[in-house]
Amino acid sequence: MTLSIFLIVSAALFSIGLLAALSRRHAIFILIGIEMMLAAANINFIAFWRFTATPTQPIGVMVAIFAIAIAAAEAAVGLAMVIAVYRHFRSTNVDQLNQLKG
Amino acid sequence: MSAVAFVIISILTLSAALAAATNPKLMHAALSFAVMFVGISAFFFLLGAEFVGLVQIFVYIGAVAVLIVFTILLTRHDQEKTRGFNWSGVVISIAVFAGLVWAILGTKSLSVAPGRFAFVSVRRIGELLMINYAWPLLCVGVLLTAALIGALILVMEDKRE
Repeated sequence: MTLSIFLIVSAALFSIGLLAALSRRHAIFILIGIEMMLAAANINFIAFWRFTATPTQPIGVMVAIFAIAIAAAEAAVGLAMVIAVYRHFRSTNVDQLNQLKG
Repeated sequence: MSAVAFVIISILTLSAALAAATNPKLMHAALSFAVMFVGISAFFFLLGAEFVGLVQIFVYIGAVAVLIVFTILLTRHDQEKTRGFNWSGVVISIAVFAGLVWAILGTKSLSVAPGRFAFVSVRRIGELLMINYAWPLLCVGVLLTAALIGALILVMEDKRE
């Protein structure tokens, strides 16, 4: 059990999140991909904290808590935007959202 | 940290993440998303950060997954006829994964054993949040309030029409 195996798993999670954000057409799933990438970053924070030689201060834990709070705020605003866009365009397919003026 | 638990948790997490990323049925994908967060918080428990694991379960499965399910139910109108899958995204994400693995395996200082385990109690986290991290905590509070008000304003019905 070394640090690199955790980093490889989190890199795999990040790549799957990138796949979801790039290849799905539905706006909610682009948000889900972004959440996956943020969770992969959280795994990295905790793993780097755990694998320092003498962890005197739980800095990784604090950073992960703040990252979770910010990700929750991002999810709330993003889903509200999805609902607002759906009201306007009657669709959540991002390929159809091709005009800016209302 | 046992290797068996690590293998089981990583298989669960990555397969749930793949299901969430590629399942064409929206509701099934949202439920796989919740299962993926169970796996991620199991990672946090494995790494000795119990409080972060619990916060992850509360915030993501209790709030964000439910929010996503509600949004899917509110906007499900055109789900099945838009099954597009962009294959260039697959190529790009595999390339990113290969680059990351190449960089991780090429760095010799990353293959270290875990350090001396220091148990972090919730009391210690609370003291740190109130003393050392008081200013970031206030900023996050302001951010969450602004996000709440912003989300409410975004979804408010426009009564002028």
